[in-house]
Amino acid sequence: MKTGITMAVALAAAGWAVVPPAQAQVSYKDMADALHAVMESDRTVYTRMVVNRLQNEEKVIKATEHFKDDKSLPLPAQMFRFGSEMVAEKKMGFSYSLLSLWPVNKQNAPKTAVEKKGLEAVAKDGAKPFYGEETLGKSKYFTAVYADKAVAPACVTCHNDHKDSPRKDFKIGQTMGGVVIRIPMK
Amino acid sequence: MAKAAGRKIYWIWWGVLSVGVGGYLAAGLLMKSAAGNPWLSPARSMFLPGKTSHGHYQIELACESCHVSPFGGREALQESCERCHGQELKDAVDKHPRSKFTDPRNADRLEKLDALQCVTCHVEHRPEITGSMGVTLARDFCFHCHQDIAKDRPSHEGMAFNTCNSSGCHKFHDNRALYEDFLAKHLDDPAHRARPQLTARDFREVAASWPGYPADRFPLKPLTAADAPAELMQSREIVGDWLATAHAKAGVNCSGCHQAEQEGAAAWVKRPGHKACASCHEAESKGYLAGKHGMRLAEGLAPMTPGRARQPMHAKARATELGCTSCHGAHRFDTKQAAVEACVGCHRDEHTAAYERSPHHALWKKELAGELPPGSGVSCASCHLPRVEHRVPDASAKRTLVQHNQSDNLRPNEKMIRPVCMSCHGLGFSIDALADTRLVRDNFAGKPAKHIQSLDMVARRVKEQAQKRGSGSPASAEQK
Repeated sequence: MKTGITMAVALAAAGWAVVPPAQAQVSYKDMADALHAVMESDRTVYTRMVVNRLQNEEKVIKATEHFKDDKSLPLPAQMFRFGSEMVAEKKMGFSYSLLSLWPVNKQNAPKTAVEKKGLEAVAKDGAKPFYGEETLGKSKYFTAVYADKAVAPACVTCHNDHKDSPRKDFKIGQTMGGVVIRIPMK
Repeated sequence: MAKAAGRKIYWIWWGVLSVGVGGYLAAGLLMKSAAGNPWLSPARSMFLPGKTSHGHYQIELACESCHVSPFGGREALQESCERCHGQELKDAVDKHPRSKFTDPRNADRLEKLDALQCVTCHVEHRPEITGSMGVTLARDFCFHCHQDIAKDRPSHEGMAFNTCNSSGCHKFHDNRALYEDFLAKHLDDPAHRARPQLTARDFREVAASWPGYPADRFPLKPLTAADAPAELMQSREIVGDWLATAHAKAGVNCSGCHQAEQEGAAAWVKRPGHKACASCHEAESKGYLAGKHGMRLAEGLAPMTPGRARQPMHAKARATELGCTSCHGAHRFDTKQAAVEACVGCHRDEHTAAYERSPHHALWKKELAGELPPGSGVSCASCHLPRVEHRVPDASAKRTLVQHNQSDNLRPNEKMIRPVCMSCHGLGFSIDALADTRLVRDNFAGKPAKHIQSLDMVARRVKEQAQKRGSGSPASAEQK
């Protein structure tokens, strides 16, 4: 599954690398939307068909943060992060992360002004992505923020029951955070 | 006239000497083989920019091991670091991997601390600023990214940032034995477990199906004296030693080592090297070459000797060249001897000297006497060459491996907690014991005089959370 996500993202990124947005073949926005479509689909498949099915419905295995020690499944958020870290190692240029206004891990709270504005926007209207530009370090980025919704009971129960979750009243279908995609601008 | 001629001779001599000295120094610097050449290595050592750290001094003359490219910059240096330490960091589930810092959202942090490069925190050749674990930064470096930790963890209010890395609290890379949920799971551990026992080695059981094991050459059938080559039967002692080994029981004849493929299939090698052992014991050999005993061999240098070590060693062992057989003994391959006698035969530090008076040694003696079951005694190897789980994921293979890199679980020593200490002791006791430097020096003869607060802090937090749940006041209410 993780390989699937990585391959899809790598293929999409390879297309972007071959046809740079500066040549008006693919806009930054279209590229971000395409990347997100792959990420969101793979993430939903893992959450619904692996974690929710095996943990919440069949009750044969759990998904836990310390999955190696517990001999359990990685959490959907970890699955997403591992893919993101693998992409980072490939030095494809773009990056992505899963952030929230109510993060279990405080390092995943918004840091930049665009992240904050974007997460607040998608929390209000999950159907509409947020797009912005920002300069981080010495580079300029096109930053897109997409709503990350609770797609299965597993999302809701885990976050609502987690000792470090600052919010414990999530419901299915609600926006729990956002996927932030950054593409360096030329 | 005669005076001028005399002066000319001096000039010629000066020229010849200058060219000679310059050539000697240039050869020392530029010839890769200079590191292992007794004539040229003094020339090379003159170019060392400062005393090398305890982790690299064994290979300090093999400059090319780290400085792979003279103009490669920091990236080339980083690749060298990862070549030796990359897998170790992956195994440790590194809490601060590079990928965390390549994310542009951390660009502001990178400006303060370039965590993409190992050499930002571990500068080599700078003894005046090198601390434990080869760290060359001020100990309060966590502040740069975690200055507001007390907001999230009120229990940390007022704690100085130079204490984050204290024993038993947090480590920058490896927190496998120190993360909060693990501590919470082991709050009630007793100091001593009811059935203390180390994991048994199992290579014999899995060898037949182990990926890469040369089962065609060694079909795991026991051999007898009749299987020893007739010309070697004159040495009954050697044959006797061999017959008592796992080698003979696994069908490994004299030729298995003395004519190993790596050593040349046809030629008889009188003293097989580590490569011969690696033909069956690849993972053990990899660990050995990564540790302080074998890293010189890995870099193509002459073997390590106690005489080259910075730690205190016995004078009589100074010239012993370290290889597989220096500890295991050729032909006999007695793992019990390798587990204690081999170590104390060279090492002369206080920790080693105190071993014979320690409770660990008392248990070891009882195991040797058959008064306790195998795995009950604690030898030097129990802790420093621990038995760890070894997997080959692509082949779905798993076995218990003796980690032959004896430094692996010492940097930092909290890495010893899970695979070693907790086989016999509780987590809290283990953390306290390793934090007590005096107790470590005395080889754990006594009880920890130090107490690390981390488990107490977790216990308080668990209690607070239970109370919060009991009172039905969800934290979400505070957020709204």
